[in-house]
Amino acid sequence: MTLALEQLLNGFQFGIMLFLLAAGLTLIFGIMNVINLAHGCLYMIGAYAAALVAARTGSFLLAIPAGLVAAGMAGLIIEFLVIRKLYDRDHLQQVLATFGLILFINEGVTMLFGRTPLFVSIPPALSGSIEIIPGIPYPTYRIAIMVVGLLVAGGLYLLVNKTRIGMLVRAGSTHREMVRALGVDIRLLYTIVFALGALLAGLAGLMAGPLLAVQVGMGEQILILTFVVVVIGGLGSIRGAFYGALIVGLTDTMLRAFLPGFFKTFMNASEADALGAGLSSMGIYLVMALVLLIRPQGLFHAQG
Amino acid sequence: MRLTKFGLGMALSAVLATTAWAQQPVKIGLITTLSGPGGYIGADMRDAFQLAIDMEGGKLGGVPVQLVVEDDGFKPGQGKQIADRMMKTDGIRLFTGIIFSNIAGATVPDIVDGGGIYVSPNAGPSNFAGKECHKNYYVVSWQNDTLHESAGQNANLLGFKKVFILAPNYQAGKDALAGFKRFFKGEIAGEIYTRLDQTDYAPEMAQIRAAKPDAVYHFHPGGLGIAFTRQYQQAGLLGTIPMVVAAPSVDATLLKAVGDAAVGINGTTHWNTDFDNPANKKFMEAWTKKYGADRLPTYYAGQGYDTALAIGAALKGSGGDVKDTEKFRQAMLKADFQAVRGAFKFDKNQHPIQDWYATKVEKGPDGKPVIKTGAKVFSMQGDVYAKDCKM
Repeated sequence: MTLALEQLLNGFQFGIMLFLLAAGLTLIFGIMNVINLAHGCLYMIGAYAAALVAARTGSFLLAIPAGLVAAGMAGLIIEFLVIRKLYDRDHLQQVLATFGLILFINEGVTMLFGRTPLFVSIPPALSGSIEIIPGIPYPTYRIAIMVVGLLVAGGLYLLVNKTRIGMLVRAGSTHREMVRALGVDIRLLYTIVFALGALLAGLAGLMAGPLLAVQVGMGEQILILTFVVVVIGGLGSIRGAFYGALIVGLTDTMLRAFLPGFFKTFMNASEADALGAGLSSMGIYLVMALVLLIRPQGLFHAQG
Repeated sequence: MRLTKFGLGMALSAVLATTAWAQQPVKIGLITTLSGPGGYIGADMRDAFQLAIDMEGGKLGGVPVQLVVEDDGFKPGQGKQIADRMMKTDGIRLFTGIIFSNIAGATVPDIVDGGGIYVSPNAGPSNFAGKECHKNYYVVSWQNDTLHESAGQNANLLGFKKVFILAPNYQAGKDALAGFKRFFKGEIAGEIYTRLDQTDYAPEMAQIRAAKPDAVYHFHPGGLGIAFTRQYQQAGLLGTIPMVVAAPSVDATLLKAVGDAAVGINGTTHWNTDFDNPANKKFMEAWTKKYGADRLPTYYAGQGYDTALAIGAALKGSGGDVKDTEKFRQAMLKADFQAVRGAFKFDKNQHPIQDWYATKVEKGPDGKPVIKTGAKVFSMQGDVYAKDCKM
């Protein structure tokens, strides 16, 4: 029972990570109608900046703004140089251009920082574990990630639903032409939204640093899952991204954790493992297919 | 007068052309993984191979060689395409460099079927070691299973009775768990196949803790292993459940990345930086001179270097002729070179017979963790597939 609880926590934490990435992706897609494959690069840039600053200064507190600023700046530059030219183009061209960006940025990071994975130490204050569930020491750092993620989710909710910018964002995602006709500087709005998405990706990256290896290509590993989240949640919907991320995170973790064991009850171990591993890696895509069958627009489609 | 000058010039240039042609270096296609989580592995492989060439002044075994390096991008399809292109357009016949078994699986058959030679500096998948063995396919590193058989044997020697085992769900991962279980005599507390694109192992950590094993054996090469080890420590398991792993799960890069968290990890290896033989001392000296004392070579570098020496010995014996594969083979199988790992022979399936040692991560004199070599685990060990190989 405690094991199941712990795995639920793990799935929840994975979901939070995915949410931070998916929130930016879904905003950018929903509002600007741009498919940005290079979103994973912003995650990587945030992770790298944080890792480098942490290595230089030995302080994780300094690494946090470094990661955020680097990812935000990178987002602004990318928006200004590349994305701006793509707003009125079709999706295929956007995919091509942003895929090119991935190659470009990955190669650039390789040239600058080499291929060896970097590592960030967990800040000492968060390096222990807390017995959230009796008898299970759960890493404090992972709890911190969940707290931060939930705070960001709450903040985004307030931003989108209670502020003027948020109103424009909502309006922009449903009635783009109308917002433009009313004299709102849509270009500025786009830039702000893109930078916000980049910031969130950078935040995810800098928080992932101490858990994973910070390396070239780390963004692409998680990008596919992020797209799955966006599709399940519905394009352009922050709420959808939140629930979609939790669904994907929990499904993935729970299947990985319990499917092989379940098969072992009625078949031999190596077959059960192979089947369990296979099905659990397919699981999230099956969930996506199911959601799309029932709701082709995703759970919470902004334009619906 | 002018005419003779002209004629002289012509003759001279003709002579120059023939000597240039005669010294046309043998091209060696090094297809390796330089991007993604295993990127540093390919970089070590390439740099050690190049180092061997540089130490001989652009030659291997007295034959001028030119290394053509390409990144397979960690994609089997890409490796295959590169090999095809190198064979068809660049006329390369001698290949090496592939790190991962899934990429070797897609690439090597094309090379040897096309009349080329492949000398593996790393991947040694089981399916090419037995019935499917090939005259033009050599492995200098190890057969995949042997890495893990040595870890299984080490677990016995360390007295572990109940071990939890994990590996990614691909050919080498399956070979790993099979190899470990072949020699480990105790009970398997749990067996998990992780995903190759997975970087968060929290669910697996929870399962390990719930199973309460004596030790954990895992096989996660490159960046995967770094993430795994870090999270193992963060989950509070490192101090409580010892790790007994094979060489790929504890290399110099991992130590650099994980730091003190790695102290106490039990490993096994066929080569380590501290091996006390003349060939290794020479290699370590040259490596440190070229790449600095900060960059410790991983065992991949040791293998890359040995592979270059093995190819050098074969080139020397065949007079630099890679078209006559039989002549090359006779020379290669003599293994007439001083390997940095010490004793080295080819088995009849053209995979190595070599010694394996236990290692343990300890704090070095400068406070940084280092891999220390301990007792012998296996003496002159081949692999289990050699008996099925009929050449």
